Amino acid sequence: MSTHTLAVLVENSPGVLARVASLFSRRAYNIDSLAVGPTENPDISRMTIVLNLDGHVLDQVMAQLYKLVNVIAISEMTDETTVKRELLLVKVNAGSKKSEISSLVEKFSATIVNEDGGFLTVQAIGEPAHIEALLAGLTPYGIKELVQSGLVALEKGSAALSDRTLSAQGISTLHEIGTQADYQN
Amino acid sequence: MGTEMTGASSLVKSLEAAGVDVMFGIPGGAVLPVYDPLYDSKIRHILVRHEQGAGHAATGYAQVTGRVGVCMATSGPGATNLVTPLADAQMDSVPLVAITGQVPSAAIGTDAFQEADIRGITMPITKHNYLVTNPDDIPRAIAEAFHIASTGRPGPVLVDIAKDALQKMTNFSYPTSIQFAGYKPQVEPDAQAIRDAVALIAQAKKPVFYVGGGIIKANASKQLMQIAELLGAPVVTTLMARGAFPDSHNLHLGMPGMHGTVAAVTALQKSDLLITLGARFDDRVTGKLSSFAVHAKVIHADIDPAEIGKNRFADVPIIGDLAHTLNALILALQEEFKKNKPDLTVWWRQMSSLRAAYPLGYDKPVDGSTSPQYVIERIGAISGPDSIYVAGVGQHQMWASQFVKYEKPRTWLNSGGLGTMGYAVPAAMGAKVGMPDTTVWAIDGDGCFQMTNQELVTCSLNNIPIKVAIINNESLGMVRQWQTMFYEGRYSNTSLHSKRIPDFVKLADAMGCAGLRCERPEDVDAVIKEAMSINDQPVVVDFRVFRDAMVWPMVAAGTSNDEIMIARGIAPDWDSQEL
Repeated sequence: MSTHTLAVLVENSPGVLARVASLFSRRAYNIDSLAVGPTENPDISRMTIVLNLDGHVLDQVMAQLYKLVNVIAISEMTDETTVKRELLLVKVNAGSKKSEISSLVEKFSATIVNEDGGFLTVQAIGEPAHIEALLAGLTPYGIKELVQSGLVALEKGSAALSDRTLSAQGISTLHEIGTQADYQN
Repeated sequence: MGTEMTGASSLVKSLEAAGVDVMFGIPGGAVLPVYDPLYDSKIRHILVRHEQGAGHAATGYAQVTGRVGVCMATSGPGATNLVTPLADAQMDSVPLVAITGQVPSAAIGTDAFQEADIRGITMPITKHNYLVTNPDDIPRAIAEAFHIASTGRPGPVLVDIAKDALQKMTNFSYPTSIQFAGYKPQVEPDAQAIRDAVALIAQAKKPVFYVGGGIIKANASKQLMQIAELLGAPVVTTLMARGAFPDSHNLHLGMPGMHGTVAAVTALQKSDLLITLGARFDDRVTGKLSSFAVHAKVIHADIDPAEIGKNRFADVPIIGDLAHTLNALILALQEEFKKNKPDLTVWWRQMSSLRAAYPLGYDKPVDGSTSPQYVIERIGAISGPDSIYVAGVGQHQMWASQFVKYEKPRTWLNSGGLGTMGYAVPAAMGAKVGMPDTTVWAIDGDGCFQMTNQELVTCSLNNIPIKVAIINNESLGMVRQWQTMFYEGRYSNTSLHSKRIPDFVKLADAMGCAGLRCERPEDVDAVIKEAMSINDQPVVVDFRVFRDAMVWPMVAAGTSNDEIMIARGIAPDWDSQEL
């Protein structure tokens, strides 16, 4: 078992998240995190899915995802070729330890984005290991609540997943329509 | 700009434009607007008695014609009654389009009367589905649905349309082309994959053609015959592929799997190369996967990339339409065999010996009652290979796959993947509508028959004269067989008492069918011939058969194919075989 990150471009159509979630659920693939949002093209959304599974299962997951009509492109986001980030918001009970926490936050290039009634809300952006290390440092002070965005990933340099889709080049697959008779061999 | 009309009219025009000549359905509140313009359409709408019947009838129609089957239902319960046939069609890759009415778009999500989220419900059991709330979207949704259902790996597509979208005015214009950002099934096989496959075939000493239902879907039986004769290797046809290759052909070893022939099961087990064509390594074929064909390399040709490596690693995957793939393989093999052709003499000596030693067979019941296998064998012999045979699910299904001899594709229909009891009567109805001049036999169990026999009313009223053979062992026979084998004969809830109630002859009569009964083996031929002579109404024959007959051979679920039994507790005599 190992961790794999998939970037999936999907048509921005109703129910597409449910289709992907339903697929993962019925095929018993475990999702570590899933982040979804708009892209530079309003017709296309991008999902970043982190999975923990065997390598040969990954091919199967990608093939099953491709079977969904609304899925346009899939690529594995490897550590070498992509930039990966996640966002953390964490609420800490500062008590009398505010200065200690502040220096820890500074060390991790994080920021305090809210302070209210002795509670500090810390924002951090980074790779998963970075976020984990910050959380480990904050835990002794008492974490009240936290939220994470899930991982997002983008290829380095000029490479782009959207370049590999036909629709991005304005030539989405065109199918001539005939009557049913034409569908028979 | 197109012609102005209601969304409902636009739907009917779209169905006409898609080439629909017949559909099966039941009206109801949400879908009612469609039935008004349908009244004037040239499309034949067959009013069924239960929506499940509409779905299986559409499947039967699709399986015999190769065209897209169409069914229609209203929202809520009408739509949920389509769930089983949609799941069935998804498992057996049947091209279907299901149209459902939905509550008005403003009411969606309010738990309105007869509201069910059928798009959500059917997501895992359709190839794709739509919820249409704008009447302008109807033609495109229909065009896409037919395209998706019938291309690539075929499958069911559901189009759910809100009632207000059916009622509002729109401009009808059927698209001449459709665009998909992602959907693009690969038809042509990769040239390198063909070369790799040829290299494996050229080295093989024990190759087997492992043929699945994809051959029939691809209309590639002719190519299968060509390549099989070119290589001269054994052919096995799975439950979904019966008829893809003639049973009478000398290269054919029969059906593999849980109730396959000893020769077919052993051919896969001992093979060094599985040439897998449109098959999916289903558990009912492989038995315990880790002990399946352990010495075999695998060529896996399929149009669905997700089947590659799903259950079994493929040494050479070939993605593409099987007719195209086989055409390419045949050409390449013809070249290769000029230089070098595998010598399969030893392999055939082994397989011929097994085939001769372990033919399919059955014992005569000791109590003088009729053997169910005999009834089915005689129906196949008397009605012949030009007829269409449609089975339910259970013992009678296995016997119908074993003892009817199939010579042509699209003459054997059954629910292979989902195992839907109750499939036979409505699917036979749809088959008869698709092939009205062909004799259609539903070979059904007494349990299955009681799930969907209401469609015989539809058959009677619509001049759809199917023939139904009820193999009446007054039991859920396959479950009873498992109770015999694995639950010490504790027959919990498998006795149906159907030799007493219902009276199938009276029931047939009540539904406008001819009802016949056969209680003695010596009467079987005469009763079949009588049933064959009635062609102006459906016929139901209550064949009363031996209750304790069992399906053999058998590989118990979860065990290795090497553990195949030819009768209870009896394995083939492997020591006498050269393997």
